[in-house]
Amino acid sequence: MPYTPEKPPTPSSEELRARIPGWGADLDPADRPAVPKERFAPEETGAHWHFPERQEERWPRERSIEHAQLTPVFGTSSPPKGLSGVIRKHAYRTYSEGRAAHWLLLLGADRVDAWESHLRSFLTSRPDNPITETGVRAELSGHGLTSRWGRNRADVNHQWLDPIIVGGPWIAGAGVLVAAARRARRRRTRRADAPDV
Amino acid sequence: MRAMVYRGPYKVRVEEKDKPRIEHPNDAIVRVTRAAICGSDLHLYHGMMPDTRVGMTFGHEFIGVVDEVGPSVRNLQPGDRVMVPFNVYCGSCYFCARGLYSNCHNVNPNATAVGGIYGYSHTCGGYDGGQAEYVRVPFADVGPSVIPDWLDEDDALLMTDALATGYFGAQLGDIREGDTVVVLGAGPVGLFAAASSWLMGAGRVIVVDHLDYRLEKARTFAHAEIINFAEQDDVVVTLKKTTDRLGADVVIDAVGAEADGNFLQHVTSAKFKLQGGSPIALNWAIDGVRKGGTVSVMGAYGPMFSAVKFGDAMNKGLTLRMNQCPVKRQWPRLLDHIRNGYLRPREVITHRIPLEHIAEGYHLFSAKLDDCIKPVIVPNA
Repeated sequence: MPYTPEKPPTPSSEELRARIPGWGADLDPADRPAVPKERFAPEETGAHWHFPERQEERWPRERSIEHAQLTPVFGTSSPPKGLSGVIRKHAYRTYSEGRAAHWLLLLGADRVDAWESHLRSFLTSRPDNPITETGVRAELSGHGLTSRWGRNRADVNHQWLDPIIVGGPWIAGAGVLVAAARRARRRRTRRADAPDV
Repeated sequence: MRAMVYRGPYKVRVEEKDKPRIEHPNDAIVRVTRAAICGSDLHLYHGMMPDTRVGMTFGHEFIGVVDEVGPSVRNLQPGDRVMVPFNVYCGSCYFCARGLYSNCHNVNPNATAVGGIYGYSHTCGGYDGGQAEYVRVPFADVGPSVIPDWLDEDDALLMTDALATGYFGAQLGDIREGDTVVVLGAGPVGLFAAASSWLMGAGRVIVVDHLDYRLEKARTFAHAEIINFAEQDDVVVTLKKTTDRLGADVVIDAVGAEADGNFLQHVTSAKFKLQGGSPIALNWAIDGVRKGGTVSVMGAYGPMFSAVKFGDAMNKGLTLRMNQCPVKRQWPRLLDHIRNGYLRPREVITHRIPLEHIAEGYHLFSAKLDDCIKPVIVPNA
């Protein structure tokens, strides 16, 4: 008990060494790979440069305003485009990483990007398919019911939200389209029924 | 080439993409032979990580064969079988020169707070990842290593992140002989952290999760005591009781941003993105460790704020230690431990999924179906 100086007993080292393969192999805290945290040894990294050559910047690369310069190497996946690209560039240009606005704008741009991409996909031969892309067929092959049922899992209390988060916007979008179509049809019918003057 | 592509929260598919090209003289192009889905990939998949763009290919755990090298590459040649640390790093900046490879300052223009990570959003540099047939590997003379002939390919794959991170997490706990170590989370990183804690002389290792099948793995694979928090009224009190009211000497958070155990905290972070991550595991770590103890954080969190109980951490005089793992620093010792049979990484792999079925793989792993612990992606299955 912490009310007295003694430490609660644990199994002896001999017992643990006999039971656990490799017990104590890294016993010396000073002889562990992450110790010391910082050790100046640039010659060990394999780098044969003091500062790396610069990668070609094939489009204006967005960067944190906390950087003094564009880093010599960077990823080239998914250049910014559309409205989401405008938001992202604004977030990088305007706010440091220390500002919540920076991250909230980037998160907002991610949602805009998803919608832009979904809409763009409908103009291609491979439109987005929420059934195949969510992998929900794994519910059948992966025993969705028995993996959850009666297992007292703590995550079951919120998993019901997932289909709403994924499918909700699609259903809302379809609803808006249906409503717009019905409205257009009603307007056409009304125009056709109107008496000639 | 065929590659996994992100299409928005909870949606991925396989598409035909341009094969990556040499962008820098020290680049290599690697043909991926095996990749894995990491628990932290789920934060991207669920749309939690800012600047995760539609069209990006995820995957920071992969091995493969060198297909092409840039003109300044000296240490690799086409045909070499390589394992690639999840960190993209230059080897020469202020931080790399001091061994902080995961904090490289020369590879991520998008943020100064985090280094470069393959396939992990533009916040981590905007690099496409290895859940594809080919991947661009910058600084080929620095990051990748040739896989030793004796090393099993699945073991090599897990050395690129999960094993190295779990082992690193145990080291950050600064474990001393006879210490009681609590590991929160029985995913691959938690299992490896638990197994590694014994190597550092732990006297007790206790693993906490809510999934019985993962806890059973912790018992058999990592020789750990287990606690299912879903069966406890208050897991912090349980931890206090089992440590004679002292608290653990070391608690390792191997859960991160999507921790369960509190509906409100989980939903406000993982579902509605109002926090950088669900702080449940971190708060249990702060509450469950003894005064003066150490909390090691391996769980990944987003860059936004989270409701963490820093007051208790201060009042208890805790040491909080954390970082993305500088993977390659761990490799020489990990190779020794695997060779000696002390660590058996491939035993955590539960599923092998062809790249073409990766959407089902993500759903399976995300929803924890079919007793999934670690899914491996095979590009040309």
